[in-house]
Amino acid sequence: MKQLALEALDSAMRTGVTYADVRLVESRERDLSTKNGKPGQVSSSESAGLGIRVLAQGCWGFAATDDLSRAGVESAAALAVEIARSSALAKKRDVVLAPEEKYEAAWISPCRMDPFSVSVEEQLTLLLRIDAELRRTSGVTLAQTSMTFHRERQIFASSLGSVIDQTRTTSGAGFEAHSFRGDEIQKRSYPNSFGGQHQLKGYELIQELALLDHAARVAEEAVALHSAMQCPEGRFDLIVDGSQLALQVHESIGHPIELDRVLGSEANYAGMSFLTLDKLNTLRYASEIVNAVCDARPQHGPGLGTFLFDDEGVPAQCADIIRNGQFVGYMTSRETAAAVGQTRSNGTMRATGWSRQPLIRMTNVSLQPGAQTLDEVLGGAGNAIYMETNRSWSIDDKRYNFQFGCEIAWEIRGGKRGRMLKNPTYSGITTEFWNSCAAIANRDHWVLWGVPNCGKGQPEQVIGTGHGASPARFHDVKIGAAYAG
Amino acid sequence: MPADVANAPLLSLEKCRQLFGAIQQAARSFGVRDVEALFAAHRGALTRFANNTIHQNVSEQDQWISVRVLFDQKTARATTNRFDADSIRSVVEQAVALTRAASPDPELLPLAHPFPIPEIPRFDSATAGESPMDRARSVAQAIRVVEQAGQTAAGFYSNGQSVEAIFNSVGVSALHSETMAQCSITAMAEDSSGWVKASAVTSSAIDTVEMARSASEKARLSRDPRKVDPGRYTVVLEPAAVLDLVGQMFGDFSATALDDQRSFLTDRLGKKLFGDNIHISDDVAHPLQAGVPFDGEGVRRRKLKLVDAGVPLEVAYSRASARKAGVEPTGHGFPVPNEIGEAPLNIVISGGSTPVEQMIASTERGILVTRFWYIREVDPFAKIMTGMTRDGTFLIEDGRVTHGLRNFRFNQGLIEMLNNVESLSPSVRASGEEAFDMVVPAMKVRDFHFTEVTQF
Repeated sequence: MKQLALEALDSAMRTGVTYADVRLVESRERDLSTKNGKPGQVSSSESAGLGIRVLAQGCWGFAATDDLSRAGVESAAALAVEIARSSALAKKRDVVLAPEEKYEAAWISPCRMDPFSVSVEEQLTLLLRIDAELRRTSGVTLAQTSMTFHRERQIFASSLGSVIDQTRTTSGAGFEAHSFRGDEIQKRSYPNSFGGQHQLKGYELIQELALLDHAARVAEEAVALHSAMQCPEGRFDLIVDGSQLALQVHESIGHPIELDRVLGSEANYAGMSFLTLDKLNTLRYASEIVNAVCDARPQHGPGLGTFLFDDEGVPAQCADIIRNGQFVGYMTSRETAAAVGQTRSNGTMRATGWSRQPLIRMTNVSLQPGAQTLDEVLGGAGNAIYMETNRSWSIDDKRYNFQFGCEIAWEIRGGKRGRMLKNPTYSGITTEFWNSCAAIANRDHWVLWGVPNCGKGQPEQVIGTGHGASPARFHDVKIGAAYAG
Repeated sequence: MPADVANAPLLSLEKCRQLFGAIQQAARSFGVRDVEALFAAHRGALTRFANNTIHQNVSEQDQWISVRVLFDQKTARATTNRFDADSIRSVVEQAVALTRAASPDPELLPLAHPFPIPEIPRFDSATAGESPMDRARSVAQAIRVVEQAGQTAAGFYSNGQSVEAIFNSVGVSALHSETMAQCSITAMAEDSSGWVKASAVTSSAIDTVEMARSASEKARLSRDPRKVDPGRYTVVLEPAAVLDLVGQMFGDFSATALDDQRSFLTDRLGKKLFGDNIHISDDVAHPLQAGVPFDGEGVRRRKLKLVDAGVPLEVAYSRASARKAGVEPTGHGFPVPNEIGEAPLNIVISGGSTPVEQMIASTERGILVTRFWYIREVDPFAKIMTGMTRDGTFLIEDGRVTHGLRNFRFNQGLIEMLNNVESLSPSVRASGEEAFDMVVPAMKVRDFHFTEVTQF
């Protein structure tokens, strides 16, 4: 693989470009699912290809091909250069890249149990046992389970002389119980909605999730929701669980700090950001107890955004984003770093597979754990509403006005769970919400959650991101507007 | 790449037949008789611009083979993008190994028998063959229009071609090739923006200069946006707004979704649900549509009357859900095995005769919406959707567009909305970002529920 990547790089450089990089990627995936006691997906896929990115006449060109013959690679390199030169027809200024070192490295992400070595029979047997357990509860009308495993080896070679060989293995699993009754569909999921939990781990993740142990409770909650009281409308103190808060971080911290959005690159699609450049180091983003980082380093944890080098050969880093409530940092690339006075990218360029060019993407954007115990988070509010597990999410194109729905909620009275509430939603303005943060649970409750389906770019790239979070309490939040009148 | 290579279809029926022969031979060597293969190939390029300059400019080419085998009432699928002999044997071997490991499904159907599939010509050599410089010229013209208005342009222009084919060991052999051009433009002024998007099988149908003028004019008209309180308003929804919002419900027009009781149509089929003026079909052969005339098992897609005079009538059936219901499959099934079943993908909402201008003229006080954004389902049975307006939201007063508005969040039930449609424009092919392209009209809707207003 390495030789082919270097040959592709040579092909590009022979055409006189000022910079080139090549990503040669081999990937493998296994997807398994069940529905109501029967197999759903039982599939595997493999893909190999190469993407060549060049700078010529001050403009980017990118071409990707599945044809890994010498002729195919040379053709792709020539096309990338032709594309870059055509870009000069509508150019304002030359692209200038922040300096970077040359690296030669090889890294394989930790994977204690190779998920592709565990038999499909064993994996399907576990899913079918969970499926059966869900359907033991009367009133469950639809049981669904799933597992997915992905391995990707990438050779990155650049005209700086870097050659970086990285292999990442991710695993994910989860299940859902649906209940239809009368004029209502209710759903509960474990350990999270939309496919469960996903991390940079092997099959050991599936074992750690103890999926079967939670099936009966989740099924019972799905059915019980029909008899629960509708979540009230009004302003209340709100406590959200870690998985929901991870998505809140993703949408209202992670996306707005993407510097390419701020600079307008995504204006036509994903949108821009309320975090205009004047906000850096001046905006009170959140209350003083809130600290957030963008951290791709392995020591942050096994996140979907963990790696050793990003997809333009910059080492993984930890960047402060919110420090004691103050907004202090963006995610940057070699092209954009100078816009915020950085002499170097903070390493967040990522691409989906071999066929797409890297963009600034979230790595692991995490809320740092707080100082409180979970009891203190629950108990400090007096009366509050506690919500768990995302059901819907929406935010405007500048990442300011948001609304989230959760699968389930409970009244909190005197720090204890009271009545169950159905159809809970909350909404607000990003900075008002984060400034109302009154308590964050400590590291004992901090989990690095995976969001496997983050979309951005044209053509769209769907990628996995990581978000550490623990349950937290927010003061005086607007609740229930989605179901009001 | 020479033009005659760039604009030739990527896969032929004959090439697929040869590949399928190798797949069958490999399957037989593993003792497997029943085998199905999907073939696909794609070559596409996209020139993206922002801040009045081309900033991303990409091309990609890929192909894949997906093999499914059946034996002992079990089935599984393996996919590769390598077409050499060793890779073909390997992908068949993986499909066989997965199938051995899979659990039996007593309801699993044997392979589909051949259906006559009508050819729908949707391949345009000129569209397939557009070069990087062709795209750059189209983009440069659009940027110039927006820039001359003192605004900033962002968007993309793309062209490409794709091929999909299916073969199986009981005689199914079908192939469809298609081209597609797309363009989207956002024009941004100091405190406002305008947006437009279009797609077509032939690039000649896309006028980037005219699109740029339209986006620029919306940005000009929506400058200095006012804040209007949220509440219930009469709205005029342009086709892209209708597409992205109403498009959220068509996954529920599925027999499998009904069987799973996850569809909002559960216990509602055949009953009056929407207004008399709502008529919706699924029609892959519609002249403004695009797409493949057969499904994931090689069954011909037939036209469906999804909603007639407000009554949901028909839903899509795969072979499996059709067998369960005792009806004929409609040709909307996804590749097997899957848990979703099927869905209509070629939606045509019948239009009316009221142009958007007339909708505005007949509105005393209301809101004109260019597009919606980040639409998500709040309630699956009431079909309440939430989302935001974006890139051109206007106040209508006394029959005229009088001012741009700050954007709103809505929480709106689709059932209620489709009972409140006062008038419809003629239908057009529309493109958005939240649902696949459809043929839809603009709609004037009363009592649309905006629940919050944002700060821009």
